[in-house]
Amino acid sequence: MKIVVAVKQVPDTETKVTIRPDGRSVDESSITWIVNPYDEFAVEEALKIKEARGEGEVVVVTVGPARAATALRTCLAMGADRGVHLSDPAFENSDSLGLATILAAAIKPIGADLVFAGQYAVGTDNRQVGVMLAELLEMPHVSVVTKLELTAGGLSAHREIEGGHEIVESPLPCVITAQKGLNEPRYASLKGIMAAKKKPIEEKDAAALGLDKGQVGEAGAKVKISRLEMPPPKQPGRIFKDDVEMAVREVVRLLHEEAKVI
Amino acid sequence: MAGVLVFAEQRDNKLRKPSLEAISEGRRQADKLGVELTVLLVGDDLSGLDSQTTALGADKILLVKDARLKLYAAEAWTLAVETAARTAQPGLVLMASSAMGRDLAARVAARLRTGLASDCTAISIENGAVSIRRPVYSGKAIATVVFAAGAPVMATLRPNVFPVLSQPRPGKGAAAPLEVAFEDRHFRCRVTSIEAEKGATQDVAEADIVVSGGRAMKGPENFSYIKSLADALGGAVGASRAAVDAGWIDHQHQVGQTGKVVSPTLYIACGISGAIQHLAGMSSSKVIVAINKDADAPIFKLADYGIVGDLYEAIPKMVDEIRKLKAG
Repeated sequence: MKIVVAVKQVPDTETKVTIRPDGRSVDESSITWIVNPYDEFAVEEALKIKEARGEGEVVVVTVGPARAATALRTCLAMGADRGVHLSDPAFENSDSLGLATILAAAIKPIGADLVFAGQYAVGTDNRQVGVMLAELLEMPHVSVVTKLELTAGGLSAHREIEGGHEIVESPLPCVITAQKGLNEPRYASLKGIMAAKKKPIEEKDAAALGLDKGQVGEAGAKVKISRLEMPPPKQPGRIFKDDVEMAVREVVRLLHEEAKVI
Repeated sequence: MAGVLVFAEQRDNKLRKPSLEAISEGRRQADKLGVELTVLLVGDDLSGLDSQTTALGADKILLVKDARLKLYAAEAWTLAVETAARTAQPGLVLMASSAMGRDLAARVAARLRTGLASDCTAISIENGAVSIRRPVYSGKAIATVVFAAGAPVMATLRPNVFPVLSQPRPGKGAAAPLEVAFEDRHFRCRVTSIEAEKGATQDVAEADIVVSGGRAMKGPENFSYIKSLADALGGAVGASRAAVDAGWIDHQHQVGQTGKVVSPTLYIACGISGAIQHLAGMSSSKVIVAINKDADAPIFKLADYGIVGDLYEAIPKMVDEIRKLKAG
């Protein structure tokens, strides 16, 4: 079984966001880059499936600048077999559809039985790429998956919805986007980290993927960020100390009379 | 600009609240533009929903009704929205940023090769150009996005942000079936059943009031305190990542950057110190109350009202006070 996992390198979730003077991008100088947390669930699930079947290949694919190779290396250390790094200056500032287009061009020739992605990448918070990828690959998809089982005819998945979950069935090949709860991602062992150094990472640019540069990146983007700003500062609130009983009474009164929310 | 199309999500013949919000915002935008609002309904039983939609201001209602449309199937729903978009030729397509809306909107946008802004908090249209505000980095920053010319602009709307019109001008409400050529291949991935979470009545992302517990809960049993306060207020139960990672409560309840981003009217944080991760998920709540033993906890910087004290003492008292208030 061939399994492809699309991953993204993102800023650590504890990152303090600083906006650059251009007013439309984030200062990346002090950012610690990590593998998108949801992508780790995706990689883990792919590895578990390969291990359970005792055969197959797990390929991790990413779009990003030179630094993104580190994210691929992390996934290889977890146990993925090889990496594909899609990198080209023309890919910069791609929107979700642009990223899905680049990924689809790379994944299509692999002939995957299963394609995984995280349910969203933290930072841009778009929640689009995995599902768009399914559309471009002409595959069915199940997003926000918390449980996955391969069945005789395909797969059965739990998909998180408001107040519960759906049971979704699909044939293969299929795109799955992973949600927290799907599994516990493993830590790379020292042996895994050493082995990862020898695993291949193939680099591909727009020409190698047969992509027209007008389709992707800033040039092809249907959605562009025109401005980025910090949320308005919060006025200091009223904090009550010492007597809990008094404090509770006062806060409930204020919620009722002043804020009018209860 | 061409008209506005809203996909309204129904489950078991009930329109969901985030969809009422989407229809209302569609009406407001259509009024400003002087164009028609078309609402799309998809399902196996749509009886009565057209009049409800008309009351909210729909000029046209497209009904896609088929026995196979009882439970969500992403590709069939995508085809329905695609067909509606090709029929109505809208300039703006809106839906709720719900579990279904997020899933569907992304597939439709890829099908139409158009731009989609997710989880929007404000829409403005000037001289035909749409600009949309949406939180990024889980609300640590706000982006304004604009769109390439040509195709319809798509947006999903964050629940609890866009008000439901209280006195809408009723629309023309011309309901008509929309023929969609469904084939078996449009039902490759399909929902076969839905399992409701036990005891959960409201989802944190959609609730008006959220009461959350953090590390200070010390164990799953103490979430009964959080639940008692949530019940007294008619709210939903939330949790910090610390509480979820400790296994005290299901991830469905997690508020924060790797959980849900919420914008309720009232958010009460109990025993949550306020890591950036958590603040990112709830900072856009309208009123924030913090209860924490540690007077230096970062959560107090964000709180409108704070109580420095033991939550095990404060919560039962608060439940009493609220009951008194509601009884009085």
